[in-house]
Amino acid sequence: INIVLVEGVRTPFLLSGTIYNDFMAHDLARAALLGLLNKTSLPKDAVDYIVYGTVIQEVKTSNVAREAALGAGISEKIPAHTVTMACISANQAITTAVGLIAAGQCDVVVAGGVETMSDMPIRHSRKMRKTMLTLNKAKTLSQRLTLLSKIRLGYLTPELPALTEFSTNETMGHSADRLTAAFGVSRREQDEFAFRSHSLAKKAQDAGLLSDVLSVNVPGKGIVSKDNGIRPSSMEQLEKLKPVFIKPHGTITPASSSFLTDGASAVLLMSEEKALAMGYKPKAYLRDFVFVSQDPKDQLLLGPSYATPEVLEKSGITLDDIDVFEFHEGQILANLKAMDSDWFAQTCMGRKSKVGVLPIEKLNLWGGSLSLGHPFGATGARLVTAAVNRLKKEGGQYALVAACAAGGQVVFDL
Amino acid sequence: MDKIVSYRHKSISPIIICLHYSGSLNRIKPWFLRGCLLKLLPFFFLEAFRSHVSYEVKDDVAVIRINNPDSKVNTLSIPMQREMAEVMNEVWANGAVKSVVLISSKPGCFIAGADINMIQACRSAEEVTALSQEGQKMFEKIEKSPIPIVAAINGSCLGGGLEFALACQYRVATKSRKTVLGTPEVMLGLLPGAGGTQRLPKMVGLPSAFDVMLTGRNIRADKAKKMGLVHQLVDPLGPGLKDSDVRTVEYLEEVAVGFAKGIVNKSIPLTKRKGIMQKLQDYAMGIPFVRQQIYKTVTKRVMNQTKGLYPAPLKIIECVKAGLEKGSEAGYLEESQNFGKLAMTPESKALVGLYQGQVACKKNRFGTPEREVKNLAILGAGLMGAGIAQVTVDKGVNVILKDTATEGLSRGQDQVYKGFNAKVKKKSITSFERDTTMSCLTGQLDYSGFERVDMVIEAVFEDLSIKHKVLKEVEAVTPPHCIFATNTSGLPIKDIAAASKRPENVIGMHYFSPVDKMQLLEIITTDKTSKDTTASAVALGLKQGKIIIVVKDGPGFYTTRCLSPMLAELLRLLQEGVEPKKLDLLTTSFGLPVGAVILADEVGIDVAAHVGKTMTKAFGSRLDGGNIEVVTTMVEKGFTGRKAGKGFYIYEKGSKSRNINPAAEEILKKFKLSAPPSVSSDSDVQYRLVSRFVNEALLCLQEGILSNPMEGDIGAVFGLGFPPFLGGPFRFVDAFGADKLVQKMKKYEEVYGNQFTACQLLQDHAKDSSKKFYK
Repeated sequence: INIVLVEGVRTPFLLSGTIYNDFMAHDLARAALLGLLNKTSLPKDAVDYIVYGTVIQEVKTSNVAREAALGAGISEKIPAHTVTMACISANQAITTAVGLIAAGQCDVVVAGGVETMSDMPIRHSRKMRKTMLTLNKAKTLSQRLTLLSKIRLGYLTPELPALTEFSTNETMGHSADRLTAAFGVSRREQDEFAFRSHSLAKKAQDAGLLSDVLSVNVPGKGIVSKDNGIRPSSMEQLEKLKPVFIKPHGTITPASSSFLTDGASAVLLMSEEKALAMGYKPKAYLRDFVFVSQDPKDQLLLGPSYATPEVLEKSGITLDDIDVFEFHEGQILANLKAMDSDWFAQTCMGRKSKVGVLPIEKLNLWGGSLSLGHPFGATGARLVTAAVNRLKKEGGQYALVAACAAGGQVVFDL
Repeated sequence: MDKIVSYRHKSISPIIICLHYSGSLNRIKPWFLRGCLLKLLPFFFLEAFRSHVSYEVKDDVAVIRINNPDSKVNTLSIPMQREMAEVMNEVWANGAVKSVVLISSKPGCFIAGADINMIQACRSAEEVTALSQEGQKMFEKIEKSPIPIVAAINGSCLGGGLEFALACQYRVATKSRKTVLGTPEVMLGLLPGAGGTQRLPKMVGLPSAFDVMLTGRNIRADKAKKMGLVHQLVDPLGPGLKDSDVRTVEYLEEVAVGFAKGIVNKSIPLTKRKGIMQKLQDYAMGIPFVRQQIYKTVTKRVMNQTKGLYPAPLKIIECVKAGLEKGSEAGYLEESQNFGKLAMTPESKALVGLYQGQVACKKNRFGTPEREVKNLAILGAGLMGAGIAQVTVDKGVNVILKDTATEGLSRGQDQVYKGFNAKVKKKSITSFERDTTMSCLTGQLDYSGFERVDMVIEAVFEDLSIKHKVLKEVEAVTPPHCIFATNTSGLPIKDIAAASKRPENVIGMHYFSPVDKMQLLEIITTDKTSKDTTASAVALGLKQGKIIIVVKDGPGFYTTRCLSPMLAELLRLLQEGVEPKKLDLLTTSFGLPVGAVILADEVGIDVAAHVGKTMTKAFGSRLDGGNIEVVTTMVEKGFTGRKAGKGFYIYEKGSKSRNINPAAEEILKKFKLSAPPSVSSDSDVQYRLVSRFVNEALLCLQEGILSNPMEGDIGAVFGLGFPPFLGGPFRFVDAFGADKLVQKMKKYEEVYGNQFTACQLLQDHAKDSSKKFYK
């Protein structure tokens, strides 16, 4: 079965704590879903299944895909589920959809991702939670009082969702800074790449190339139709920024890391047969993908380096055949260096020689996660849609999508 | 027999490493004399003679690299110091150099300390004092350097290495697990003799400085930063374009160079802004009365712990005090003089000897075994079995822990879990490392999976018929190469091996309780044990982090055998009416870490009775002394020692004070003997106990149970708590005098009989005073 991408959309990606401040995650997801349905004029009853990816879950809507679908007026008879795989959660949603179609389970699947960092579940401390739960079971007043009397001031310290690897207890930024140092990526190279990302994004936005961005009406705040994190500045300004994670000698600054972002994305996937039967003109075939994983401590963000050669070999094409590269801009420079290193290939990847030089002139030409933003759960679908739209625009044949994720895993769509 | 001895010098870590530095110099000489052009000579002097220290100038920063040739570690040897002085002079004379970075080229070592051979080669205190003063002068120059010097630390930074770093203006350390800072000199009976006693209190405050110097413990980088010992931390890097160790050091250098430049252009401040607590502490330390109180408390604590038997801690306090109260000139003088004095003390020599012995006992003299033990099974999940599992499972060995009952098994698994969880709480491992480690431990009640096992260690009940039973069961299910190790403390291995189809694969591995704390492992070989089996057992023991002695088979092997006559004598003394508390006091003041009566309770009265009987059977009258019925009666009444809550003392949970068990006292009264006044003074009591221990140790060497005195000393100190400052029974005989000891024993022999007869070896040494166990 050939699996095709019919259309992809996303809400504007906005800095957390700005216009989407009052939205919950399922509100954003619903906006993307409705936008997709409208854009494709897909009848609501034509969808067979819905899969969404998300990272930090709102406990009230842990199956956010289902809440979004219900809110979008999709029949309650259509099943929906939510997946999570850190920054490649949406990629996981897409490949899940591919699997469902390939297995003949469904013909039409909406896959997407959503994240909001404007509202996060902040919990009571474990001790406090324990006390509260025991309190529920306490029967007499004296039992309750004894329990209450055990509460100490320290119990009231809240627990924030951590952007740290649970297994290593290291924050992603910290890990990334070590990674850039391990690959000898200089501060200047990173600043230049950040500058490139913002400039390209601005150009693409001005030229109207970001056609996947929907207009979303935010109650009380009007309609948003543009990403608001794109800030082309100058190298001089970038040089002045101080490192954020490892102080004072780190190399990653606010410019060379993604800002906290709210946003949602969605793609419509079908079997080719079904798409044609419904009268759609598919935009691209989804050919192959791999997930890989590595040591979560030292190789956390190196997924693309490992996955690129694997998926190419699996598909029987080479790096040179690829016309469009859309890579998640998390430690992309370290990945480029890794792929260009014989030592790394031989020592860490168990390959005979290096993967090769990735042609930067084909990479992320419409901006990337540094400039457009990175709502963790939603980025994967944005990458795929951008790659597909670029293929159309640039007239290419093959596109390669890669992203790295916490836990050291990666996805590739082709 | 499980010996629970907490030994103060538990971790004489690899600090000051002995090195032969002369090799490289000698090699270069003939080479350059062989017809080199005269005008090239200066060049060769520069290049060829600098085998330890080199430097290059990056922009305006001189990067000085330390790299002892032919060694895994850097030490402050004489050539290294000379070269360092030369390089520093060149750097200071070079106007283009604005700052310096000092770094080691060795992946896991900054500087591990002073060269101990250098100190050992000295014949007098004055010579050692002179060495100390040399060091002081060199570091004073470093401290007063006109341009900032940044010490970039990765790996061990100990002793003189730390003192060097402290003299620098700025310190950057990697957070690598190998990075440790500390002044372990006290464990060798010495003190930090190159300005450490003077600089440390100023840098980290009086209380922390005392803590660092008096315990000699290793401080990890993050703690060092908190204490103010280092200014900045650098994260170790993973593999990238190069090996992670190599790249980490490069990165450290890059970062340190950045700091050096930053200090010069004033963007990096040299002093940290002090917090309120720090200011308060500084204020308090400014008050002479407060300082006096601290000296007093610290001295009291030291006296409590050392009974005044170890001179070094007291000298350290003196040096710190002199520096703070009389000014730095007096302080440095006191430091160098005390350093000289300490180096000549027998205590220091004994401790250095132990250190060297320990290094030797961490090598496998039986070579690499044919196959590595990857799957280990342990029979019996009791204290011992679980303890052995705990020290093995985190070393990349899959462990099966087998017991016969669910309760025992679950208790054992819990013990292992608790051990690792304690490490999580101390943050030395992550909870994930704990979980992945625990996933290599399988608890089970049957023999499934034993077909994959390379070695079985049995820790079942000490009964020959039970041991035979499990041996046969094990051999029926294990592959032919599988080694059967028995963790017995007294039963001869050959008796156990008698039931084996493969006696060449049977060996004794005698662990000490608690296994995760006690460093010693006594390995026992029979005539039939193959060399490869021994090599394999030693290799596993080393993996477990043990200090290993390998002894010949015999009743009680070495350690249990030494202990038994001493316990027999202890019983005699108790029967003669010496109070348990007094006996404990007399033994601890002799230097034992735990009083002898408490030791008996900890070991278990039943175990002592059992071993006593076995040993008496084997050695007859040499084990005479107390009446064994005393202990058998105690066992009958359930007074089996600490584990039962009652032995000679009563043990109550949560209470630290011990009271005499009146019922045990009654039993002693029933068996009361009169104390002959001629051999019952306090000193006689001590020497009656010690001489029997020492005599038995020498007998073990005489009979070939031990292969050398050094292993005997290591075994006695690390397994039985023989006073470390005496260095072990053999070094004790050397220092005390064999003739004097024989005299004492003769006196006791006249009263008690042949259990006090000095062995032939001891008599030989007594007759010829030139005979020594250590040259």
